[in-house]
Amino acid sequence: MTWVNAIVQGIMLGGLYALFACGLSLMFGVMKVINLAHGDLAVVAAYIAVGVIAVTHVPTVWSFVLVVPIFAAIGYVLQRTLLQAALNRGVLTTLLVTFGLSVVIENGLQQFETANSRSLDIGSLVSDSFSIGSQITIAYLDLVILVVAVVVLLGLQYFLSSSKNGRLIRAVADDREAAQLSGINYRHVFGVAAAIAFGTVALAGLAFGMYTQFDPTIGTDQVLLYAFEAVVIGGLGSLWGTLAGGILLGVAQQVGAQYHAADQILAGQLLFLIILVLRPQGITSRRELA
Amino acid sequence: MTQTSESAARKDRPLLEVRDLSVHHGQLQALRSVSLRLPAGATHAMIGANGAGKSTLLRTIAGLHQPTSGTILLDGQDVTRLAPERRVEAGVVLVPEGRRLFPSLTLEENLLVGGTSARPGPWNLGRIYDLFDWMADRRGQRAAQLSGGEQQAVAIGRALAANPRVLLLDELSLGLAPVVVRRIYGLLPQLADSGMTILLVEQDVSQALAVASEVHCLLEGRVTLEGPPGTLTPDQIESAYFGVAASPNGQGSRQDPPGAETRRPGAGQIPGASE
Repeated sequence: MTWVNAIVQGIMLGGLYALFACGLSLMFGVMKVINLAHGDLAVVAAYIAVGVIAVTHVPTVWSFVLVVPIFAAIGYVLQRTLLQAALNRGVLTTLLVTFGLSVVIENGLQQFETANSRSLDIGSLVSDSFSIGSQITIAYLDLVILVVAVVVLLGLQYFLSSSKNGRLIRAVADDREAAQLSGINYRHVFGVAAAIAFGTVALAGLAFGMYTQFDPTIGTDQVLLYAFEAVVIGGLGSLWGTLAGGILLGVAQQVGAQYHAADQILAGQLLFLIILVLRPQGITSRRELA
Repeated sequence: MTQTSESAARKDRPLLEVRDLSVHHGQLQALRSVSLRLPAGATHAMIGANGAGKSTLLRTIAGLHQPTSGTILLDGQDVTRLAPERRVEAGVVLVPEGRRLFPSLTLEENLLVGGTSARPGPWNLGRIYDLFDWMADRRGQRAAQLSGGEQQAVAIGRALAANPRVLLLDELSLGLAPVVVRRIYGLLPQLADSGMTILLVEQDVSQALAVASEVHCLLEGRVTLEGPPGTLTPDQIESAYFGVAASPNGQGSRQDPPGAETRRPGAGQIPGASE
């Protein structure tokens, strides 16, 4: 029964990883930008939430109503300025620029927010749980995060496949130049895609901040790494693969922890390595977005 | 200026005019002072060998390359510095070489994307499905699953969805079976009759001569010959197409007036003309 519990906990944790990975996957799928500042941006969202809550006294769990639109706007502006300028100079430049952005964010946060750990206080919700049988205990927060991840990915999938803007995003992802020749301002479409990606990053950052403590360097130390692993395991640019990848990573970590607490991270990395060797294209083979 | 002379000037004014266009790809000069005038409703063809600059010309008119000098005028308006998507709004639409459909989108989605910045006009999904009667049944199929000829038809449909005033067609026949090429070229008179101005690039010279009211031949970035197909002799076209080597070592001037006596030995026939 403890193994079943480990798998259930892994699925829950996978929801958080999938939420992290979603924005990374979208940015790569549409713009071919590998955003090395992804994890740091999630942490910034958590810090912004701390500020927003202090100023507006909005309940912590509702802070996303303000933080997500703020972050989406930041995403659009950042894409239209810095990231577009990097893209114009080649895909490799975006790696350098987002790496630089990551360094700037981490040091900026340490300078202005100190290196102390923070958390988003959600009171008793952080520990409330319910039990199934005698062995399986599910925390409400974990369940909510998993549900949010599934809803976000489902919603994004529906948006991309059925809306006009989603169609334009897929067209630009397929062939940027042909999109221009069809009358599409691809820079604007990139901006819209970045806004959506940053919105999901903000959600992931908030979920992380409620789930555990965060500090200025945790974005690169943990968030970026797990998001990357989820995306690679699932298959680059595929949203369903991202969900599956996140959940597989979560399950691997929890099952590893079942052997020994120190094996949690190791088990996740091993799965990542095995997938890289045996199936480098990821578990989903479809190349197109959505 | 009086009303009458203004409207007279309007009448004379070509719908698309290219003046002294020069384009560089890095160090390489792809176009040298190319000028063109397309009256509204005309169908003109650019012919020339590989690398003569035909595609560069169309891509520059569509806005994908910035010229080093020269101007592009649409109905008298300077569009030289407009972004490609803004030129689509103005009515200049390119069907690119190699078709370049959106492979993961369905046939219908490709057409819908083509209508993103559509001008008001006669073309909509229904009209396009009327023109290509097989499309409606397969609208949900992914573009990647269509045959080459079908993809070319969808690429034309996608361009029509924008309601172009000037339609630029780059190498429609590339990689297609002759029967498919004939069918696609058979559509052009219909489009021209609807008032559309067409500039096409074609390596298959016989195809270009058959469909165009005026032919321009490019050689190494320069216009070497132009005129209605009926007034041009095969020899003229041949020398304009290949460049003329007066001396056996190939150092002859390319500025020579085209003529039979300057034909390079063994230069062969006009490509495609014998079919």
